[in-house]
Amino acid sequence: MDFGVIFDNTLNSLFNAEALYLALAAVGLNIHFGYTGLLNFGQVGFLAIAAYGLGVGVTYLGLPFFASIALGLALAVLLALLLGIPTLRLRADYLAIVTIASSEVIRLVARSAAMRDITGGSSGLTGFAGGFYDLNPLSDGTYGFGPWIYNENRFWLLLVGWSLVVLGSIMIFMLMRSPWGRILKAIREDEDAVRSLGKNVVGYKMQSLVLGGLFGALAGFVFAIANSSIQPDNYGTQLTFFAYTALILGGTARVLGPVAGSIIFIGLFVFLENTLVQAINADIIPESIMNSNQVGIVRGILVGLGLMLLMIFRPQGIFGDKKELALDAR
Amino acid sequence: MPADSTSTAASKAAAALADVEPRPGVPKPDPILIADGVARRFGGLTAVEVDHLEVQRGVITALIGPNGAGKTTFFNLLTGFDKPNEGTWSFEGSDLGGVPAHKVARKGMVRTFQLTKALSKLSVMDNMRLGATGQKGENFFRALIPGIWTGQQKEIDERALDLLGRFKLDAKKDDFAGSLSGGQRKLLEMARALMVEPTMVMLDEPMAGVNPALTQSLLGHVKDLREQGMTVLFVEHDMDMVRDISDWVVVMAQGKIVAEGPPDSVMADQAVIDAYLGAHHDAPLSVEEEQAQLAEAEAELEALQEEREK
Ligand SMILES: Nc1ncnc2c1ncn2[C@@H]1O[C@H](COP(=O)(O)OP(=O)(O)OP(=O)(O)O)[C@@H](O)[C@H]1O
Ligand SMILES: [Mg+2]
Repeated sequence: MDFGVIFDNTLNSLFNAEALYLALAAVGLNIHFGYTGLLNFGQVGFLAIAAYGLGVGVTYLGLPFFASIALGLALAVLLALLLGIPTLRLRADYLAIVTIASSEVIRLVARSAAMRDITGGSSGLTGFAGGFYDLNPLSDGTYGFGPWIYNENRFWLLLVGWSLVVLGSIMIFMLMRSPWGRILKAIREDEDAVRSLGKNVVGYKMQSLVLGGLFGALAGFVFAIANSSIQPDNYGTQLTFFAYTALILGGTARVLGPVAGSIIFIGLFVFLENTLVQAINADIIPESIMNSNQVGIVRGILVGLGLMLLMIFRPQGIFGDKKELALDAR
Repeated sequence: MPADSTSTAASKAAAALADVEPRPGVPKPDPILIADGVARRFGGLTAVEVDHLEVQRGVITALIGPNGAGKTTFFNLLTGFDKPNEGTWSFEGSDLGGVPAHKVARKGMVRTFQLTKALSKLSVMDNMRLGATGQKGENFFRALIPGIWTGQQKEIDERALDLLGRFKLDAKKDDFAGSLSGGQRKLLEMARALMVEPTMVMLDEPMAGVNPALTQSLLGHVKDLREQGMTVLFVEHDMDMVRDISDWVVVMAQGKIVAEGPPDSVMADQAVIDAYLGAHHDAPLSVEEEQAQLAEAEAELEALQEEREK
């Protein structure tokens, strides 16, 4: 067994594109769920609609890169409004139902044969990321150190992406200690109380939905650009739940919770996968127990087990406050 | 110290209502709130059916009635938290039909809840701050620049601390509201409502679960509100409290207003005793009071018997 490879791959994954877009998606969910208490089960819909906005903008409409990014962001805002207007006046569970359904609708429409000319149908879109890499000021070569060595394009994407994470986190930190953020947190606790004090609850919930959706859109751009392609089936509901897992792992309503949670979640995934593969190859795990085709499933089982243990022994997540959680039990 | 019952506001209130005839739906000289034909049905059950009610400005009005009389539902309707099947109502002359709850609050009519709504994971101080209206930092973009709102927040904090002191919660200001006791939460909710600087406060059972010693000072605070020119409408089951602080009493039973009048005459009203006091009376506070009440009841029974024998 080659432990060097296992650790190298794991460490490398911590700051790679997968952790990056998961972090952005989870930061958005933290605004929705962590701070405002909105049950958005369709965060992946924001990723998808923004990614397609970018892809369709460049390849089908022939727009420049930044105009396509603007299109993706505008579509995410539109989606938030469409989801919010009919549901935010109603009980929390309605938003949950509508968001999970709409994210699937977006995926199924994008992959439908009728949309093939625009979205590429089930084979998706490619050839839209050039505009981003053209902006890359780095010359060809490899950048970074230790296990974190990437080529110039990947390094450029990570640089831009993690800068967005840092800037976004600073913004959320500022917002959540302001009167604006106080209203969001109060809505999470009891929206009728907030109404009785003269605050427009629906308006604030809408602002929260839009802001978190925009972080989802950024995640969608990173996802699409990192792969240089948009595959509709990458935007299934699983991604939303991975983002929730990362958020809860790190701690909800904590500025760095979703970021740390995403890094740890992805690291754990990659570590387990590499370890299992190595153990099978070295015949430490015999063929009769599992083979290399089953790595994905076993990895999922182990991650699930780990999360159950986390919920039992540290239900507040890594950054969460146990005292705060105890208030729920009163 | 809070004003006593001989204060100017109290005597003014008494004078204003002195000539008002004690019957349901009677017009008042200076009504701040007027409800007309307000009805709310839940399926077959008519929870509220108020033909006409006027609430006099600047006085303390009590709304009493047995459990399930529709008092809370009526509060919900008036404050925009529920929509009636029919009826109109206005506050300070402006129609409130279809106005959402937060706008009702902004017009100056602020309510508290029977089931206390403390915002558990916010500190006591943040609960108070939330009540302040017109905060610059409540706008998304201005929130991002602390310089714009920190000055205003300091003023709000001073006001909040002052109120918390009056409600004996200042020592708890940095605790989570969720860690307060039930009675303390009632106090916090009332103090928070006052942060809105309302012209009319609607309190749904403000004293339920508050200890007797504190009840006294709370009564003082409520009288104080009247002193400051606020109008108070409150729901309460404790008859001693109702007698002590209210200038006017409205009695509801099965959704309807069955009686109205000054506290002493209303509580002597047979319709009220039938609808309310007969069916339900609060547990007495002490053994002595219990015995006094027993003696009272016996005397009443005897009097009734004598009357029948005549
Ligand atoms: N959402 C609802 N759905 C159905 N029935 C309701 C609803 N809310 C209230 N009711 C009914 O309306 C009637 C009046 O209830 P309400 O809560 O207004 O009484 P109340 O006078 O406040 O009583 P209490 O003194 O016990 O607080 C009750 O019979 C109650 O069962
Ligand atoms: Mg009630």
